[in-house]
Amino acid sequence: MKRIFSIITASSLFLIACEKDVSSQYNPSASADLSVEFDHIAGGQNVLLGTTSYTNAAGESFTIDMLKYFVSNIKLTKTDGSEYVVPQDSSYFLVDESVSGANKIKLKVPEGEYKNISFVLGVDSLRNTMDISQRTGVLDPAGTAAGMYWSWNSGYIFFKMEGTSPQAPVDGTGNRKYRYHIGGFGGYSTPMFNNIKTITIDLTASGIAKIKTGRTPNIHLMVDVLKVLNGTTNVSIAANPTVMVSPYSVNIANNYVSMFSHDHTEN
Amino acid sequence: MLRKHWIVLALMVTGVYACHKETMDIFAGFQKPANFPEPVYHFTTNPVTKDGFELGRKLFYDPLLSRNNTISCGSCHIQTSAFTHHGHDVSHGIDDRLGSRNSPAIMNLAWNPALMWDGGIFDLDLQPIAPVTNHVEMDETMENVLTKLKNSSVYPALFQRAFGSDEITTAKALKALSQFMLMCVSSNSKYDKVKRNENETFTADEQAGYQLVTQKCSPCHKEPLFTDNSFRNNGIAIGANDDKGRYMVTVTAGDEYKFKVPSLRNVELTAPYMHDGRFYTLDAVLDHYSSHIQQTPNLDPLLSAGIPLSAAEKTQIIAFLKTLTDREFTSNRLLSEQ
Repeated sequence: MKRIFSIITASSLFLIACEKDVSSQYNPSASADLSVEFDHIAGGQNVLLGTTSYTNAAGESFTIDMLKYFVSNIKLTKTDGSEYVVPQDSSYFLVDESVSGANKIKLKVPEGEYKNISFVLGVDSLRNTMDISQRTGVLDPAGTAAGMYWSWNSGYIFFKMEGTSPQAPVDGTGNRKYRYHIGGFGGYSTPMFNNIKTITIDLTASGIAKIKTGRTPNIHLMVDVLKVLNGTTNVSIAANPTVMVSPYSVNIANNYVSMFSHDHTEN
Repeated sequence: MLRKHWIVLALMVTGVYACHKETMDIFAGFQKPANFPEPVYHFTTNPVTKDGFELGRKLFYDPLLSRNNTISCGSCHIQTSAFTHHGHDVSHGIDDRLGSRNSPAIMNLAWNPALMWDGGIFDLDLQPIAPVTNHVEMDETMENVLTKLKNSSVYPALFQRAFGSDEITTAKALKALSQFMLMCVSSNSKYDKVKRNENETFTADEQAGYQLVTQKCSPCHKEPLFTDNSFRNNGIAIGANDDKGRYMVTVTAGDEYKFKVPSLRNVELTAPYMHDGRFYTLDAVLDHYSSHIQQTPNLDPLLSAGIPLSAAEKTQIIAFLKTLTDREFTSNRLLSEQ
């Protein structure tokens, strides 16, 4: 009995110690690592570029050969409600399924427990109109942004998805391709459609992020690209094989805001 | 006696040479002509310097900006034609591929709030990316251009001189090109000299033509830049390629078939005319406005009845338009390939 009591006491002490270890040792003035993973799926399947066929709500079969998009202007909210905004100059990322490691973005964030993350899918209008000297890193038109920038109609492409579909009409190159290049920051001098989307994800249900020096927490998001085509508008590849600077792009952007969900957090 | 003649002659030659050097070859920085409004370009983030301008000039005339090192900016923007591609309705770029629009003048761009026939580019610094990467123009990537510049034996030193560091970046290359283009100011035509009271007067025909242009061609071709920088459908027939112009940029109903109002400066030298170079002479342009306006969607209301002109009036207008020719600009050694 005494022995059991001792064990219980020891266990309790251990539990208390554990809790204390997690809650009391955050140093809000120190920054630590946080990664956010964009895990691409198509319904119940993993996305494999070029090799696998998927089916949309319109019953059309398609492959995904290219999938990339900008993630920017990241904000995190602590469990106490305070907000951390990732500094502008280190808050632009290009998620690219074809590049190893480019589906995970890495941040430095003040230690603490975070219940919410939000980001812009695309590039904000201010950066779209900024001086060329402010367009470095992934925003450099001579670098990774080369395929994500409209030179003839100044502005970044926010989201790019391309592939083939037997239902797509034969294009000028003799292929049955679909091409979705979605951008549009609202127009420079003439108001135009605005496809800048802010995505907010609550982490409470599937695991808050505990950010602390020496740890490498990872917010694991599932990104269901079927939702690019299926949603408020069920996009038919046969009817809309090419969507770029056109009002129809608004439908695709309105669909893809729903493609992100929080799966879990590896703390 | 003979010797004295020689000295006089030598002095005269030196004087002429010195004069020539003073007006043509000395870099004086960007200067706003007295009869021009304030420029719209953001000089605060890119002040024009001699070294920056010279680097930009070298880049402008360098074919390394194209995929196979055959086409430079200067290939389709020829100084003697006010930096247009004289005689070409649309330009031929790399591998003789044809574009769909007429090469516009590189002239007075510091006063130009939006570039290209459709105004799709709103910052001069971003402009060169379009022709460099366009499949039918230079068909190159900006990344390759930077690699070629970095591997060159001369450019790192020129970037060092212009920007204080031999690091070659997208921003520096584009800003140097802007510095060259900003210096392409045309403000010394006969018209300018008349307006500035610089010992020039219009002939009777030119004066009559000036009155006609003021009455009938403004507000679109507004003084002193002879454009209001607006986008308008001027009633030319829709092209076979159905180029919708401004609409392709704004995707806004009501912008179909609108194109930028080009300046009339140096118009004598920049044939052919319109966004697709369909008119080869100024007579053809005036005949269009007087007799051939097409009632197409979004036709500018100012042109709904055309601009009736008699043969004499057309002659007078053309006489005036020729006073907008600026030979100092088109022969300025400072702006030529060195």
